[in-house]
Amino acid sequence: MLSLSVNGQSHSVDVPDDMPLLWVLRDVIGLTGTKFGCGIAQCGACTVHLDGQPVRSCVLPVGAIGNRAVTTIEAIGNTPSGQKIQQAWLDVDVVQCGYCQSGQIMSAAALLQRTPNPSDADIDAAMSGNICRCGTYVRIRAAIKQAATGKQEILQTLVSAPEGTAP
Amino acid sequence: MKRLLVIVIIVVLLGVGAYVYLNRADTSDGTAPALAGAPASAEVLARGEYLTKAADCTACHTVPGSHKPFAGGVAFKLPFGTIYSSNITADEANGIGSWSDDDFVRALRQGVRKDGQHLYPAFPYTSYTQLSRSDALAIKAYLFSLPKISQPNKTNDLSFPYNQRWAMGFWNAAFFKSERFQPDPAQSPQWNSGKYVAIALEHCGECHTPRNLGFGLEHGNALAGEELQGWRAYNITSDKVHGIGAWSDSDLISYLATGHADGRGTAAGPMAEAVENSLRFLNPSDTAALVTYLRSVPARAGKDPITIDAQAAPALASNNAAPGGDSVDTNHAGLKLFEGACASCHQWNGKGQQTPYASLLGTRGVNDVRGTNVTQILLHGSNLHAEGPSIFMPEFGDAYSNTEIAALANYVIAHFGNKQGTVTPDDVAARRKQF
Amino acid sequence: MKPVTEGPQNTQEGVDLGRRHALQAGGLAIAFLWLGGVGPVSAMINARRQPGDAAAALADGNPPFAPNAFIRIDTTGKVRLVMPSAEMGQSIYTGCSMLLSEELGVGLDQITVEHSPASDELYGIPLLGGQITGGSTSTRGTWQVLREAGAVARTMLVSAAATRWQVDPASCTVERGVVHHAASGRSLGFGELAVAAGKLPMPDKVQLTDPKDFKLIGKPMRRVDAPDKINGTTQFGIDVRMPGMKIATVMACPTFGGKLAAVDDKAARALPGVVDVLRLDNAVAVVGEHFWAAKQGLQALNISWDRGENATLTTPQLRAGLAESARHGKGIAARDDGDQPQGTLVQSEYQSPMLAHATMEPLNATVHVTADQCDVWTGTQVPARAANEAARITGLPVDKVVVHNQYLGGGFGRRLETDWVEQAVAFAKQVPYPLKVVWTREEDIRHDRMRPMYHDLVSAVLDADGKPIWYGYRTSGSSVLARFAPGAMGKDGMDSDAVECVAEIPYDIPKGKVEWIRHDMPTGLVTGWWRGVGPTHNLFVFESFMDELAHHAGKDPLDYRRALLQKSPRALGVLNLAAEKIGWGGQPLPARVGRGIALGEPFGSHVCAIVEAEVTPQGEVRLRRAVVAIDCGVAVNTSSIEAQIQGGIIFGLSAAMYSGLTVKEGAIEQGNFNDYRNLRINEAPMVEVHRVINAEPPGGLGEVGTAIAAPALANAIFAATGVRLYKLPVDRGLLVQSPDALKSVTVERANEGRAMA
Ligand code: FES
Ligand code: FES
Repeated sequence: MLSLSVNGQSHSVDVPDDMPLLWVLRDVIGLTGTKFGCGIAQCGACTVHLDGQPVRSCVLPVGAIGNRAVTTIEAIGNTPSGQKIQQAWLDVDVVQCGYCQSGQIMSAAALLQRTPNPSDADIDAAMSGNICRCGTYVRIRAAIKQAATGKQEILQTLVSAPEGTAP
Repeated sequence: MKRLLVIVIIVVLLGVGAYVYLNRADTSDGTAPALAGAPASAEVLARGEYLTKAADCTACHTVPGSHKPFAGGVAFKLPFGTIYSSNITADEANGIGSWSDDDFVRALRQGVRKDGQHLYPAFPYTSYTQLSRSDALAIKAYLFSLPKISQPNKTNDLSFPYNQRWAMGFWNAAFFKSERFQPDPAQSPQWNSGKYVAIALEHCGECHTPRNLGFGLEHGNALAGEELQGWRAYNITSDKVHGIGAWSDSDLISYLATGHADGRGTAAGPMAEAVENSLRFLNPSDTAALVTYLRSVPARAGKDPITIDAQAAPALASNNAAPGGDSVDTNHAGLKLFEGACASCHQWNGKGQQTPYASLLGTRGVNDVRGTNVTQILLHGSNLHAEGPSIFMPEFGDAYSNTEIAALANYVIAHFGNKQGTVTPDDVAARRKQF
Repeated sequence: MKPVTEGPQNTQEGVDLGRRHALQAGGLAIAFLWLGGVGPVSAMINARRQPGDAAAALADGNPPFAPNAFIRIDTTGKVRLVMPSAEMGQSIYTGCSMLLSEELGVGLDQITVEHSPASDELYGIPLLGGQITGGSTSTRGTWQVLREAGAVARTMLVSAAATRWQVDPASCTVERGVVHHAASGRSLGFGELAVAAGKLPMPDKVQLTDPKDFKLIGKPMRRVDAPDKINGTTQFGIDVRMPGMKIATVMACPTFGGKLAAVDDKAARALPGVVDVLRLDNAVAVVGEHFWAAKQGLQALNISWDRGENATLTTPQLRAGLAESARHGKGIAARDDGDQPQGTLVQSEYQSPMLAHATMEPLNATVHVTADQCDVWTGTQVPARAANEAARITGLPVDKVVVHNQYLGGGFGRRLETDWVEQAVAFAKQVPYPLKVVWTREEDIRHDRMRPMYHDLVSAVLDADGKPIWYGYRTSGSSVLARFAPGAMGKDGMDSDAVECVAEIPYDIPKGKVEWIRHDMPTGLVTGWWRGVGPTHNLFVFESFMDELAHHAGKDPLDYRRALLQKSPRALGVLNLAAEKIGWGGQPLPARVGRGIALGEPFGSHVCAIVEAEVTPQGEVRLRRAVVAIDCGVAVNTSSIEAQIQGGIIFGLSAAMYSGLTVKEGAIEQGNFNDYRNLRINEAPMVEVHRVINAEPPGGLGEVGTAIAAPALANAIFAATGVRLYKLPVDRGLLVQSPDALKSVTVERANEGRAMA
C-alpha cells in the first residue's frame, strides 16, 4: 500500500512501486483528466505537478513520489497561476480537440508560477515538450502572454466576444 | 583493415615453430578463488547458473526479446563484416548438445570449437581461458540443463581474408595466451576473488582495455578505455581524474549493481547490457571484491582522456525547468532540440526528472568533447532493465538529421560539461554507418 | 428577430421544409454521396419530423418538447442539442450551437451539447450519405438544417405561448429562452411552454433570420466545449470507466496481413494485475486491472507470428511499383481536352509518402457484450458504421448495439475507420466484463490505416511567353474510396478523390489531361482517409509545379499566377490578400530566406498560403512565418475559422517537414513521437489568417489549411535555396549549401527567428 497525496487528498493505493503515476491516477484513482499520449515522455500530455514542478507522469514511478504533493489538471484551477492560465485559455479560445490541453495547461501554469512574465524564449523552453497534433501553438503562445500581462492578445479575427458568449 | 593483414603476414614470417610454440595450450585445470555468490562446486547447477550470469553469456547468445535463451543469432557488426553468435543450447543439431566436456573446455579456454575450427575472439576465450576447468564445466552443466532450442546458426558474413578461420591461429599466436587464473598470495582473498570476477568472468578488459593495431589487448595499458563498435568503454583504472579513482565505493557498487551512480553516470549501450544481464546478479560481496580489484588497477590517463566538470556553470545556472547560463553563441539549434525532446526528462540543471537515471551532470558522456557515447545514445536510444522500473531513452536517429544530432550533442556537452564539443554532422553520419 | 411566417404575404421568403437544399460539395463529398445501402438522401438530417424521432427522443430522456432529432427541451427550460457531427477539435459543436442558438432564440450558454446516437437516418450528412464526420462537410451539411431546426422549435414555442395568451404569434418575441409579449408585458420561459409546444403540429414553413440580423453567426465565439476541456472534465473515449471494467492493451501482427501463430502467456499471466490473455487470429490482448498491468503482461508474452506474404515488403518496393504505374500504367481519365498542343514541354515527377494520423488520443474503445446487447463507448467519426460492425461481429441485431460516442482526441480521418472498434468487440465478446481496449502509441502508428503514398507525373506545354496552354497530370496511388465506399466510385472506376484539385483548377489553362492510375497496395496494407485527403498531395504537386513554370518563364511566382487567374475572381482575391498581408515584393529578404506561395480551391473554399522559411547552410529549415488568406464564404464562427486554418497549416507543415511512414520486412518502422516527429511550439511559425468577407455558401475548413501547407513550404525552400523538392518529407540532405558545412561544428543561428504575434 502506497500513500499518495493528490490534489490535497490522500489516497492509499495497492499498486507496484514501478507503476507510472499516470496509470495510478487514471485507472486506480479515477482522475482521467491527465492524458496518455506517448508513454515515453515525448508529448507532455501526462504532465502533472509534483510540489509545483511539472513532471511527466507516464514515466514517473509511483514509488518515487514519496510525500511530495501531486497536483493534476482537475485541481490546477485552485492555484493562482493555474487559474490565470485557464482563464486565458478560454479568452483566447485555445483548445481544439482538447486532448493535449491538460498537459499544456499544467506546463504553462508551472511556467507562469516561476516566471510571471515569460518571454518567447521562456515559453519555448517550458512548452516545447508538449505536442499538440491539432496545432494550437499560435494560440497557446498568445494565451500565456495574455495570462501574464492581462493584455488582450489580438488575433486576426478574434477581436472580442459579444454578449451571449459561452462563459 | 589492411593493418591486420600486415600483421598476419608478419606473423606468417615468424614461422611454424613460433606458431606452435606460441599456440601451446595451458592444460592445467586451474582453481577459482572463493566467490560469495557461487555455491560450492558440489552444487554444480547453481554454481553454473551464477557463473553463466557472471560471465555474461546472455548478452551475446540471446537475442533480446526473443524468449530464446542462448539460442544465438546476435549480430556483431565489425569493420570487415558481420558475425553471429552461435546456439549454445544443448540442442544436438544446432547447439552444443553433442559436445564433450573436453570440447567445451577447449572452446572456452582455447577458442577452438568441437570440429577443430578456430573461433573468432569476439567470443572472449581470451578471458575465459582464465576459468578453472570445474567452473567451465559448471557453466556447461547449467547450459545443458536448459531447454534445447533448435534454432539453426546464422552464417557469418565476413570478407576475405577474415572469413578464413584458420588464420586466427596466427592471431592467437601473436595475441593470445592460454593460461589459468593464478591467485596472488600477496593480495587479500577478496582482491583475488575480484580479479577472477573481472578478468575471467566479466571479461572487463575485452571492452575497456585498449587494443593494438592487430586488435590484441594492450595488457600494459589495462582498463584505460577503448572505443568498440562505436561506443566508448571508459577508463576504469584508478586514475583520479580520468578513471574511477575519485568514485566512492558506493558509487562503484551502485553503478555495477544498478547501472547508475548519482553524479557519475548511467550505463548505456553495451555497458547497460552487461549490467542488465550480468553485473546486477553478482552477489554484493563479489561486487565489493570486484571494486577492490578495480581500485588496484594502476592509474592511467588513457587515450583521449576525459576531464569531468561536475559543476558545469551553465547547468548550475539553470533550474529544473528553465535554462540559464548558456553563452550567447551556444548553438541555438541544439538548445531548441533539447527543449523539445530532452528537457522534460533530463532537466536544464541536468539533475534528471522522474528518475535519477536521467541525470547528466558529472557524467563522462557529456564531458567527452568528441561526444562519442552521447551521439550513440541520441541515435540509438538506451535501454536498461535492472532492478525496479525499466529505464529507457527513445532513439532519435530516425527522425533527426545528422546536423541536428551534432548540434544537440554539442549543446549537451556545452551545457552539462562546460566544454566546446567537436561533433560535426559528418561525424554523426559516420556513427550511423558504424552501428 | 423576424416574426414567424404565418400569412401568404411572407411565403416567398419562408423556408419550405419539404425542399432539400443543394449544397456545394467537393469531389470527396460528392463521391460519398453514392455510398449506397444506407438509405436515400431524403432520409438524412432534416428539421422535419422523421420516423425515428420518437424512439430517439424516448431513449434520450423523453423530454416533452423534441420537435426534431436535434432539439430536446424539458420543463426546466434546459435546451439540449444533439449533434449530428462528431467533435474532434474542429469546433463543430460550437458552430452547430451557434446555428441553433441564432434561430431558436437562446444564448449559447443555455445550450447543452450531446453526442448523437448511431443513426444514418437521423444524423446522416446528406453530402456524405451517412452519419459521417469528414470531408470538411460538417458546417456545409448543417448550415441550413440546424437553423431550420431552431426556427421550427421557436415557431412552435411561440405558437404555444400565443395560443395561451390568445395573441398573434407575430406580436411575440423571443429572447434567451423566453417568449415575450411586449404589449401585455407577459413572458413565458421555454420550460413552461415545452409540454404545450410538444403537442403542436409541425409548421410547414418557417422564416429564417436575415443574415444582416445575425447576432451570433459570423462573430468570433468562444467554443462551447472549452470550459470542460481546460479542467480535465471532458470525457474522451479513453476516459470511459464502467463498473467492473478491465483494461486491455493489444499487439497485432506487425506485418501487413500476418497472423498469430502461437502465444506463450505463462509469464504474463503470472504478473500481478494481469487478468486474462485473449487471442484473435491476428492479435493478442492482455487484460489487466489497469493499463500498466496489461502493458507489462503484453511485454511478457512470447508471441510467434506467421508473418505472411508481405514478410519481406519494403518501401522501395512499394515506391518502384507506384512509379512504374505512374509512368506506364493505363490511366482513367478525369479530364481530357484533346491533343497536347505544340510548344515547350515541361515535365516533373513528384512523390508523396505514407502518413500516419497519430491523433493525440491513441485509439481505444470500451465494449460490453452481453447475451442481448452490445454497448460500445468510443470516439468515432462514423457511429452508424461502428454499430453495424459491432452487430456483425456479435451476431446481434443492429438495434441491440448502442454506440455511445465520445469526444474525439483528434480524428484527422483516422476515426472514419472502424478497425479498432471491430477488434475491441471481437475481444470483448470473449469476456463477461466491460473491456476497455487501449492501443499503445506504437500500436496506433504501426497499425494506422495510413494515408496512401503517391507518385505523380505533371507536365505542361508553354507558349512563347512561358504561359501554360495545356497541362497533363498522371497520378498513381491506391484508392481509399474503393474500399470505404465502393458504390461511390465513378465512371470507369474513377476515384474522384484521387484527382481532386487537379481535374479542376483555378488557373486559366485552356486544355489539359488528368488521369488516375489505380495502384493497389499489397493485401493487408490498408490505406485510409487523412486530413486533407486527395487535395493534400495534389496541391503539393500542382502548386510546386506552378512555381516551376513561373521559374521556367522567368516570372515572379505571384505575377505568374495572377496572370492566369483573371477568370477566377475568388482565387485571385485570396492570392492578392495573402500577398498584400505578407508584403510580397517589399523589403528584400536575408540570404537563404524565401517565401513560397500556394493557391488552391479545396473543399469548396478558396485559399492561399504564403510561407516564409529560412534554410541554414547545413540544410535545416526554420519556419518563420505563414500568412493565409481564406475565402470560405459565409462565416459561422470566425474564431474557429482562424483556429482551423492555423491548426491545419501546422498539421500540414509538420507532415511536410518530418512525416513519412516507411516499411521494412513488411512492417511499419516508426512507432512513437521520437521517430514519427511532430512540430513543436518552438518550431511552429506564427500563422496569420485573413478572411475574404462575403456571403457565399459556406466552404469547408477542417482540411483546407493542411492541404495548402506543403506546397507553400516547398516553394519557400526553393526560393531560399534554389533546390526544388520533388519528394516529401523535406530531405534536409538536399539543402546543404556545401559539403564543407557538414564538417563544421558551428551551427548557424537562425537569421531572425520567428515573427511573433
Ligand atoms: S504520455 Fe507522458 S509525455 Fe506523452
Ligand atoms: S488540441 Fe488536439 S492535440 Fe492539442
